[in-house]
Amino acid sequence: MEEDKVLVEIEREIVGGDFQSAGDVSGELKKVLQQVGFPPSFNRRVVIAAYEAEMNVVIHAYRGIFATEIYEDRVHIEVDDQGPGIPDLELAFQEGYSTAPPHIREMGFGAGYGLSNMKKCSDHLEIDTRIGEGTKVVMDFFLNPEK
Amino acid sequence: MKVTQIVEPLKAEIVVGEKIAEQDIAGGYCGDLLSDCIANAKEGSIWVTIQSHPNVVAVAVLVGMPCIVICNYQEVNEETTKRAQKEGITILRTSLTSYQAVSVLSSLGIPGTKRHG
Ligand SMILES: Nc1ncnc2c1ncn2[C@@H]1O[C@H](COP(=O)(O)OP(=O)(O)O)[C@@H](O)[C@H]1O
Ligand SMILES: [Mg+2]
Repeated sequence: MEEDKVLVEIEREIVGGDFQSAGDVSGELKKVLQQVGFPPSFNRRVVIAAYEAEMNVVIHAYRGIFATEIYEDRVHIEVDDQGPGIPDLELAFQEGYSTAPPHIREMGFGAGYGLSNMKKCSDHLEIDTRIGEGTKVVMDFFLNPEK
Repeated sequence: MKVTQIVEPLKAEIVVGEKIAEQDIAGGYCGDLLSDCIANAKEGSIWVTIQSHPNVVAVAVLVGMPCIVICNYQEVNEETTKRAQKEGITILRTSLTSYQAVSVLSSLGIPGTKRHG
């Protein structure tokens, strides 16, 4: 039987509204993925999804924990936030749908493509959301998705 | 093409350029929506945009874009500058519009590129 050992674990806090350092957690993850030696195309799709999940906490929630486990042939990401939750998930997944206010949109956020980017780039995506409590995003990425 | 070779044609000022001499560009991407750029820009591109806040540097790092061209002479604040210095990203600033900047880069032979998949 193959071993399924965690190579690297990262756990970082994300602060809602902190646009200054937003993206740092995804940046750190990118560096670690490169060090582990995954192919660039794999790293890229993990990083796109990670960035969108991280930004959703910054834009839409109050605070969150971003946790990653990196294995030899897969990456597991959980982003758990305290925030308003998502009332209508189906609507939220629609490309172009966003509740981001005008001043956030002016910065180029809130285009409404985050969740669909996460779906396209991950091999498995699960969202657990409670209104008035928060949202948990779980994503898996497999080096060989067809396996 | 070297990043140093595009500064003059773009009539740009170098806002951050510590690494500029080492940087090459293979293609270009233009956009102001960050979800679009993170998903579609290709590694090694130059990025033409009117956004100038610190998260632009984060996107450049995540994609692997060595140089950002900020158009319309948009103000670049200190946080953006600091973040670019820390990450080794070059920031050029020009009074050209995005269309004008892309036209210049295109005439220099830099093709538009897009991530596969
Ligand atoms: N973590 C979250 N907490 C609360 N609401 C969220 C969260 N993530 C997404 N949403 C909601 O889903 C919508 C669509 O999200 P997304 O596709 O990432 O687009 P955008 O972030 O550009 O608005 C958001 O505008 C917001 O209403
Ligand atoms: Mg989003």
